[in-house]
Amino acid sequence: MAEVNNRDEANRRITVNVSDGALIPDRGETSLFSAWRISFFGAIALLIILPTVRPRPYLDIMRFLPDGILATFQVTIISIVIALAIGLITGLGRISRITVINRIATIYVEVIRGIPLLVQLFYIYFALGQLVRVPRLASAIIAMSVCYGAYMGEIFRAGLQAIPKGQMEAALALGMSRGQALRKVILPQTFRVILPPVGNEFIALLKDSSLVSIIAVSDLLRRGREFASVSFQYFETYTVVALVYLVITLFLSKIVSLIEDWAERRG
Amino acid sequence: MRIRIRNATKAFDTLEAVKNADLDVAPGEVVLIIGPSGSGKSTLLRCVNRLETLTEGDIWIDEDLVTDQRGDIRKIREEVGMVFQNFNLFPHLTALENIMLAPRTVKGVTKTASRENALRLLARVGLQDKATTYPAKLSGGQQQRVAIARALAMNPKVMLFDEPTSALDPEMIKEVLDVMLDLAREGMTMLVVSHEMGFARAAADKVVFMDQGEIIEVGTPSEVFDNPKENRTRRFLEHIL
Repeated sequence: MAEVNNRDEANRRITVNVSDGALIPDRGETSLFSAWRISFFGAIALLIILPTVRPRPYLDIMRFLPDGILATFQVTIISIVIALAIGLITGLGRISRITVINRIATIYVEVIRGIPLLVQLFYIYFALGQLVRVPRLASAIIAMSVCYGAYMGEIFRAGLQAIPKGQMEAALALGMSRGQALRKVILPQTFRVILPPVGNEFIALLKDSSLVSIIAVSDLLRRGREFASVSFQYFETYTVVALVYLVITLFLSKIVSLIEDWAERRG
Repeated sequence: MRIRIRNATKAFDTLEAVKNADLDVAPGEVVLIIGPSGSGKSTLLRCVNRLETLTEGDIWIDEDLVTDQRGDIRKIREEVGMVFQNFNLFPHLTALENIMLAPRTVKGVTKTASRENALRLLARVGLQDKATTYPAKLSGGQQQRVAIARALAMNPKVMLFDEPTSALDPEMIKEVLDVMLDLAREGMTMLVVSHEMGFARAAADKVVFMDQGEIIEVGTPSEVFDNPKENRTRRFLEHIL
């Protein structure tokens, strides 16, 4: 019995589940009428039909939005890159045996996770804005990356802790330093493990990036507001805005699930 | 290389896993440690390359004091290979890359040289055709043989084996023991935690029986297995035979 358990442990596959209910489609779900397919192709169909049937105002709205989509992606991608860097450092800090570092990382995570993103955004742009002038786009990116850095830190921590202790021991026994073991043995495995939850965070961040419209960054939602406030066609405008967000997040969630598959197959 | 363990004590909180252990392993000797689970045999072994630190006592490998906290343990570990119960191969690397990694990162061996050496070692453990295979696709016995090759790639002067066959299906035990026997015949200094009697009789110079953290009895395999002096040894042997 003990022998069987030992072998199972040696060959065990590692997965981490850190998520707050993402849109990742089930991998088993391949039927033609899966929820993902209905939503994704339904949204695309609407985005084609509406402007064709009623070019005024739908075609105008769709001409007005692309700049905003670009800004949304800009904020999202830059923020996620910075958040990943912060997350790596925070995650390492959270498992550090040096008390000071551990405390700092933990306090950062606790504080940031306890404050709503919108409040953080106001804080950096308006409150700190009284001391130092931070450009709008920069404030948006700082707020998003500092906030998501804390969540990313928890993903890294979980990922690092999911690697069996024997891996570090084997590396040390071979004469490697802790740093070498981390770089060559632990982190490459961690990255593979955290790929799916990081994908989730990317999608969540993209959605949350709509908050930056409040400090007048011209993202997708802001462009929609600008159009609606001039044309007064709120219903039509926000319908298109919602559909565009939906198509983007559903598309990304599909990619994340494909990456998940790939990671699983690599073992 | 010679291992000298003097007065070794390892306590976890209040539990003394190893108590006042003294043990010598002469160069080229093969020493087998047996004992019931929780007897401290693995802990003692793990103290030899300081995966665990002793609470008291000293361990020397030749003239190097392993237990000196100021000493460079990495230099010592380069010369002390270790094989684990659960293999602990690096799952993100192929068999070949597993063997190449430490020489390349620790010793700065060139890619070509470490590759050549790794292929030679794979052939030696009979797995030359598995060079590009990932550990998940190898059987337990194959994984353990790669793990031995990985340890050998650093050219160790001593090898530590921590229950190398306990996680294996019975039919795979022999292939691992054969590799270990070869090593023993070539004169490798080996400290082995294992209950493999056949291996002990074929290769061990000494058998050490541990119980409750203490070394109870040391002798040749036939002395300990056939004529144990201590009651506790006798009782334990009745259990595993």
